[in-house]
Amino acid sequence: MNERVDVLIIGSGASGAAVAWSLAETKMRILCLEQGDWIKSTDFPANGRDWEARRFGDFDISPNSRGRDTDYPVNDANSLMKIANFNGVGGGTVIYTAHWPRMHPSDFKVRSLDGVADDWPIDYWTLERFFDENDRMMGSSGLAGDPGVPPRNPPMPPLPLGRTAALYARAMNKLGWHWWPSDTSIATRPYEGRAQCINLGHCTPGCAQGAKASTDITYWPLAIRAGVELRTRCRVREITTNEHGMASGAIYYDADGQERFQPAEVVIVACNGVGTPRLLLNSASARFPNGLANSSGLVGKNLMLHPWPVVSGYVEDELDGGRVPITSLWSKQFYETDPQRDFVRGYTLQFGRGTGPATEAISNIGTGRLPWGRAHHRTYRTMLNHRVGIGVACEDLPEEHNRVTLDPVLKDSHGIPAPKIDYTISENTRRMMEHGIARAEEILTAAGATRLHASRTVLNYPGHLLGTCRMGDDPDRSVVNAWGRSHDVKNLFIVDGSIWVTSGGVNPTSTIQALALYVADQMKQRLATLFD
Amino acid sequence: MSNAADIAFSDAEVRALRDIAGTMIPADATLGVPGADDPAIMADIVKSLGRDLPDVRAAVAAVGAKANGDFASLDVDAREKLLSEHIASGGAASALARVILAAYYRDDRVLISLGMEPRPPFPKGHVVEQGDWSLLDPVRKRAPFWRKDR
Repeated sequence: MNERVDVLIIGSGASGAAVAWSLAETKMRILCLEQGDWIKSTDFPANGRDWEARRFGDFDISPNSRGRDTDYPVNDANSLMKIANFNGVGGGTVIYTAHWPRMHPSDFKVRSLDGVADDWPIDYWTLERFFDENDRMMGSSGLAGDPGVPPRNPPMPPLPLGRTAALYARAMNKLGWHWWPSDTSIATRPYEGRAQCINLGHCTPGCAQGAKASTDITYWPLAIRAGVELRTRCRVREITTNEHGMASGAIYYDADGQERFQPAEVVIVACNGVGTPRLLLNSASARFPNGLANSSGLVGKNLMLHPWPVVSGYVEDELDGGRVPITSLWSKQFYETDPQRDFVRGYTLQFGRGTGPATEAISNIGTGRLPWGRAHHRTYRTMLNHRVGIGVACEDLPEEHNRVTLDPVLKDSHGIPAPKIDYTISENTRRMMEHGIARAEEILTAAGATRLHASRTVLNYPGHLLGTCRMGDDPDRSVVNAWGRSHDVKNLFIVDGSIWVTSGGVNPTSTIQALALYVADQMKQRLATLFD
Repeated sequence: MSNAADIAFSDAEVRALRDIAGTMIPADATLGVPGADDPAIMADIVKSLGRDLPDVRAAVAAVGAKANGDFASLDVDAREKLLSEHIASGGAASALARVILAAYYRDDRVLISLGMEPRPPFPKGHVVEQGDWSLLDPVRKRAPFWRKDR
């Protein structure tokens, strides 16, 4: 048996890293178990000529396509939207696009303001200082003064507009609609030991330059220096409990495949919206027959995935192509509820840039825009570096039938039951998607684009895995309380995207990490009475 | 023990794949670009099949079946039509197209013809112009419109 630790964190991604760093100042003995590896900068695709092909291989965002031995399979056959994640130190921050919006104040009060879903037990203003702290820690870039969001001051200037974003900007000004340079977590100047962005192209499959913030190069070096231990290739099978109904530690498989038991005084789960309910459901016992922390029956339910249609087209002018990070502008014009529309809540418009030469062709398989045969070359030459595209980041409201359960057959390489996803897109969201697609088409048309194509679900797996262990004050209607502690197990905490009550219409990483820092702060304030 | 689906392509399968690749992206003397059936590009395609091998094998076989076993003998219009319809069907056919395109669009000759440097993105990166930030002026003048919650 391993030596007992004070705090066991399961998962080293966005939230696990933030909570580890924040708790390190307590001088408690803290251990994090991560099922994946450290990823070296030389491992990233941008180092090689096959950089585009590897986005569909060992750096695919889908664990099922990626199929690394550190991944676990996900049965997402019963969902139009597929599951994206990454299993390694840094988790999903290794392969995200580095878009860095925050949830809006209204997102925390959707019941009060719009009569749907539920309010969060906390509000934006509770999290504001943790947003700011996280911006400093991850290193965000952007421009203050955006009238579409609450005040914030990113520590670095925004990415360049370039030709592509300037084209969008002119179109948006013509329409009189809001736009602003996106906040990103990309270093636009040297920052805390990180080199600045040199425009390696699409950031998703990792940043060889180290300009994109991922927790393996932001929080973790500081947490480890402060005494936190991080063990890789340790896959947790279940959280164990003692005769008092308290978490006693976790059983995991180490790098050699040996089963081990790690005792702990406090267990913090940070495996995000699919991995966390999977672990809790796999931790069922005689005392907790329906899974750990699941007296509400809500573990795994209310999965929210952010439906994300993308509308693309082509203009005559040559643009930036795939030479620059895909993030450029956002628009909050349609973010808030408008009673004139046939849906509640709203969406962010996110303006993309182009793609690399292979991806330009590959992304047109099935769109009918790029012919195969003798006409291929001439058409292709009107597309490469001429692409424009807008993503519609739709708020996804919670519905209990959208859920994560355990697959009765599928297992990972250690024989641990895999997660099964059942998910449908609601009518409200579908109406929102169509509204957003129509607005995106208007914008692209105003920009002079033709050959427009709307992808409703094909590209639709942003990897935003939210809501499956929601927070709340009522133990019958939530899994954790307003500061991340399980209602059922007083020394079990959850800090990842699963504790979200609603999803907003934004990329979640900034808010996930602000929440993790907030939970850590609450724990530190309550150390003497943590289990009361 | 190897799964039959994972065994490397036979000579006959490579020939069939070459016929498909050459039809999908033919050489163009005017533009000075090779076809995807160029020996060096074909070697790259075959080398990079990897985890896509079973899908590509199935797609190549399906194209052959639709051509009654002799895709190469069809006239070029018929080959292009058959291939376009097959690729549009998705599934394994998408993997076939993706593998061909990924190899074709990293070939030095192709990239140079497109005005690109044949190199990986790192470490040189790219230069991107700042753009005209005065475009933001009208937006800066707008009053805050995010929804207040209190």
